Amino acid sequence: MTSVIAPAFDVEKIREDFPVLKQTIHGKPLVYLDSAATAQKPFAVIDAIRKFHEVDCANIHRGVHELSQRSTAAYEETRATAKHFLNSKSVNELIFVRGTTEGINLVASSWGRKNVKEGDEIIISAMEHHSNIVPWQMLCEEKGANLRVIPMNDRGELILEEYEKLLNPRTRMVAVAHVSNALGTINPVKEMIAMAHKAGAVVLIDGAQAAPHLTVDVQDLDADFYTLSGHKVVGPTGIGILYGKAALLNAMPPYQGGGDMIKVVTFAKTTYADLPYKFEAGTPNIAGGIGLGAAFDYVNHIGLDKIAAYEHELLLYGTEALSRIPGLRIIGTARKKAAVLSFVMEGIHPHDIGTVLDRQGIAVRTGHHCAQPVMDWFQVPATTRASLAFYNTVAEIDALVAGLGRVKEIFS
Amino acid sequence: MVDDLYQDLILDHSKRPRNCRAMADANHNAEGYNPLCGDKLKLYVKMEGDVVKDASFLGSGCAISTASASLMTESLKGKTRDEALKLLDKFHNLLTTDTPVSKDLGKLVVFCGVRDYPARVKCATLAWHTLKSALDGVAEPVTTETE
Repeated sequence: MTSVIAPAFDVEKIREDFPVLKQTIHGKPLVYLDSAATAQKPFAVIDAIRKFHEVDCANIHRGVHELSQRSTAAYEETRATAKHFLNSKSVNELIFVRGTTEGINLVASSWGRKNVKEGDEIIISAMEHHSNIVPWQMLCEEKGANLRVIPMNDRGELILEEYEKLLNPRTRMVAVAHVSNALGTINPVKEMIAMAHKAGAVVLIDGAQAAPHLTVDVQDLDADFYTLSGHKVVGPTGIGILYGKAALLNAMPPYQGGGDMIKVVTFAKTTYADLPYKFEAGTPNIAGGIGLGAAFDYVNHIGLDKIAAYEHELLLYGTEALSRIPGLRIIGTARKKAAVLSFVMEGIHPHDIGTVLDRQGIAVRTGHHCAQPVMDWFQVPATTRASLAFYNTVAEIDALVAGLGRVKEIFS
Repeated sequence: MVDDLYQDLILDHSKRPRNCRAMADANHNAEGYNPLCGDKLKLYVKMEGDVVKDASFLGSGCAISTASASLMTESLKGKTRDEALKLLDKFHNLLTTDTPVSKDLGKLVVFCGVRDYPARVKCATLAWHTLKSALDGVAEPVTTETE
């Protein structure tokens, strides 16, 4: 069936790369539709991490011995791969972080504390993940600054006219998601960045949900900061990337103090390391960094254009299939959307849907998806979310539809 | 089988919850809220001396939490405060341990399937922990998501 949809995309061959997919759950083949929470990992990533622990394991950046040099080279190679993946000007603009959440916190804490003053404004959007709300709220509270929110329409699209009105000379920062995790909306971030720059504001893009699905070019977007989580891009958990323009990063104070982020330490004074190490205190997640490099390579090898095209076909198929189910309402119907299907069913709570689907081997996310304001806006306590990746198939969407049929049998 | 969880009595009480109303003359109230699920519950208890004269609730939640609140309010009437709290312990044991099922649970035994669904225990216990708050006079909403 998949060959009808995308002849160039051999999903069955790709599925061979993901060992986790070859299992049964409660006696049924696993149908993994929770990739927006975390993506599954291909052998390439698993093997890279294993090789590090088995063959090259050593701390980085300080040993003269062979293993340390190998591990340093492998870890730093990921920065080069990330430069290619995000098209940054330099590897020095790429900071290793634990994930998107830490990337945002780093900017809010380091850039924010230095540049945001009382009465200043920070703009976020109505569809942000809690991780792109709370750090800014904390900063605003500390500084006496104000948080402003770009509203959205019924489809779950940001209203740019309202955004334009919010921008003013007091706006210091605009922090928005490239792709909404709860709704799938792809925001017009290039245009939004240009608008913010015109008003003199700096922009951070939360790329957690974009990176595994779209080509990201930070120079083309002209993003000031762009951050992503490795585990959403088929890499390991606990590692991510924060991109920042060199001029901004150079002017920022360190985020954390410790080893690796210094040049010279005396009790009188410490000189900080140059970029990117200034922001990388302590022994990092070396295995994670190496795994992330393998993940970028893996995704690049398939090609993000192909991935985006295939996932879009899955989204169209899934949208149509779910829309035919009476009493089901899709939450988030933006015209530009990633492969996220968030929905509610009349009279049936998402947790009951999730449990019944799980017993049929189908993994979906239920709850507020760390986006409570989105739930409030659509006046639902929670949704069921099927989020797709390039290793999903049309047959799996059919399984979801059949599973929802069973849900209706039980609860109607 | 998922039918072991969603037994007919649970489905019946989730679709047609009993005692689902506000109670103006309740002398014990409490709120339960599981923000991760979105389950919300307001519990009303009328005590006469040491005895539960009436119990009711309002709220929105999944089938398990709604049925649990409904069946709980039914089972409470006529119980003393101590008996109600002992029932809570027995109900909790039913959901979280393999100990033999207590006869005192009556209809509540229908929730025995929940023990095979650890992620759903908090749904079934929300009403009961809210009951404890109501009897103890706790003002803050109670949650079972941190158990």
